[in-house]
Amino acid sequence: METIKNKKSNLITEIVMIVLGLIFLAPFYFLAVNSVKSFGEILSDAASWPEKFMWSNFSRTWELARFSEAFVNSLIITISSVLLIALFSAMAAYRMVRSDTRFNRWLFLAFVAAMVVPFQTIMIPVLRVVNTLGVNNSMVGLLMANLGLSLPMAIFLFHGFIKSVPLEIEEAATVDGCNPFSVFFKIVLPLLKPMLMTIIVLNALGIWNDYLLPSLILQKPELRTIPLATFSFFGQYTKQWDLALPALVFGIAPIIVFYLLMQRYIVEGIAAGSVKG
Amino acid sequence: MKSKKLSQWLQQLFFVGPATLFFFLIMIIPFGMGMYYSFTDWNGVSGVVTWVGLGNFSKIFTNDLDFWNSFWFTVRFTLLGVVLTNVVGFFLAYFLTKPLKTRNALRTIFFMPNVIGGLLLGFIWQFIFIKGFATLGDITGWSFFNLPWLGDATTGFWAIVLVFIWQSSGYLMVIYIASLSNVSKEVLEAAEIDGASRWQVLKGIIVPLIMPAITVCLFLAISWSFKMFDLNLSLTKGGPFKSTESVALNIYAEAFQNNRYGLGTAKALLFFVIVAIITLIQVKMTKSKEVEA
Repeated sequence: METIKNKKSNLITEIVMIVLGLIFLAPFYFLAVNSVKSFGEILSDAASWPEKFMWSNFSRTWELARFSEAFVNSLIITISSVLLIALFSAMAAYRMVRSDTRFNRWLFLAFVAAMVVPFQTIMIPVLRVVNTLGVNNSMVGLLMANLGLSLPMAIFLFHGFIKSVPLEIEEAATVDGCNPFSVFFKIVLPLLKPMLMTIIVLNALGIWNDYLLPSLILQKPELRTIPLATFSFFGQYTKQWDLALPALVFGIAPIIVFYLLMQRYIVEGIAAGSVKG
Repeated sequence: MKSKKLSQWLQQLFFVGPATLFFFLIMIIPFGMGMYYSFTDWNGVSGVVTWVGLGNFSKIFTNDLDFWNSFWFTVRFTLLGVVLTNVVGFFLAYFLTKPLKTRNALRTIFFMPNVIGGLLLGFIWQFIFIKGFATLGDITGWSFFNLPWLGDATTGFWAIVLVFIWQSSGYLMVIYIASLSNVSKEVLEAAEIDGASRWQVLKGIIVPLIMPAITVCLFLAISWSFKMFDLNLSLTKGGPFKSTESVALNIYAEAFQNNRYGLGTAKALLFFVIVAIITLIQVKMTKSKEVEA
């Protein structure tokens, strides 16, 4: 009797959850169907299936918003930032765990404390620093800012992870004649792979989606990333939904594909990161 | 001995150097500069920076209604946003740890909004509030859909709350799922055999055991909602008449629209102090409720 009752309640739960899932998906439905409608049809009925598919919306938007440029810019800044964040944070955390000096302890504390500082608190002086260094309006400037802002969190995560890596392997490698640098790159770094994936994937999402920081550093139109291009395009064609909606589809499609491919790492990363925190 | 010391220095420089360099350039130095600028009237353009002492702070506390309105908006938004996303995230996790056939697909769906940046999400919802809701209103006849969404202070507030829940509950769900699957099945079965109701099991066993996850989720939700910027910018831009302006947006406008960088940094510093205090209190409070299983 009990199991039948359980099965029945599970079935009800399942149905309720599926309905809820469909409600969660509804915004994507609205976006998708309306992006291929003519302007008139969007105005008359925003919920129905398109009568006529206007694929030309997409080609017009692609040209007008210079999305190919924005896409390449987003790729460049995201890939270069996440690789350097992962490398530098792993190196720093490794040294701070293995060489427990007073300086390193204070430095680690500074990294952890910095995680609480909201971006708004330092954004104005960060611009000043970037200008002074002469890297404003350039990918290098944005890359530097991304590094400075994302390293504390990454170092914090690596610090916890490296503590659980057994020291014996490294000692054995040293006895075999490895110098400290090759111990790190040949022995330790491969062991850090799970946490490396987490940090790469989570930072990739954050940097790809970031609007505020790139909007402050990159003013030239040809340097725009996808969020910047979308923002300026949306401002220019407000209420011209037959152009604005395809732009949003272009904006979210790469990240959805990335999510579906990397879902395992994203979800595991969040779970692992939150337990450590 | 000397070469060993040199080698230690080299290693320290090589491993810690790059991270420390960027950390100092982008976080430490700007933080120090921010403290300095908050006592000046710098406008961001001219080279002239005049020391005004506590002038900016006294202006904020005595003569800046917009800032306090945005502060009150942020507090209300945080309170509602934190409670609602956590409740939704927890119950999604609670039901999706049951043996459902579609649970993996559903987990994928509920998390999906979170991977899209707040800016694009806000734009998608702008369309839904303006056009989608109007059509749904025509179809269903419910007046709920025909409210002036994004058009006035009250509905604008709720619109942002709604989108925030849609965006962030999936993330909290992932954390709650990880925590719930660690709750031992035997304990739950024993409670069921002893005749505990579902509600008693939830309140008396599950919630205390997943307290560490609740600490983390509250921390994250407070931090997201207090610093909310992208959603606010793309949904309402703080309007109408600054009635839905968050603190983060207010600071941004002060600096980059009014060109009062000195005043902006003073607000930003105040913002940091408030965020730090709230986070500290919250972590202390929930940590004390954690139990060992």
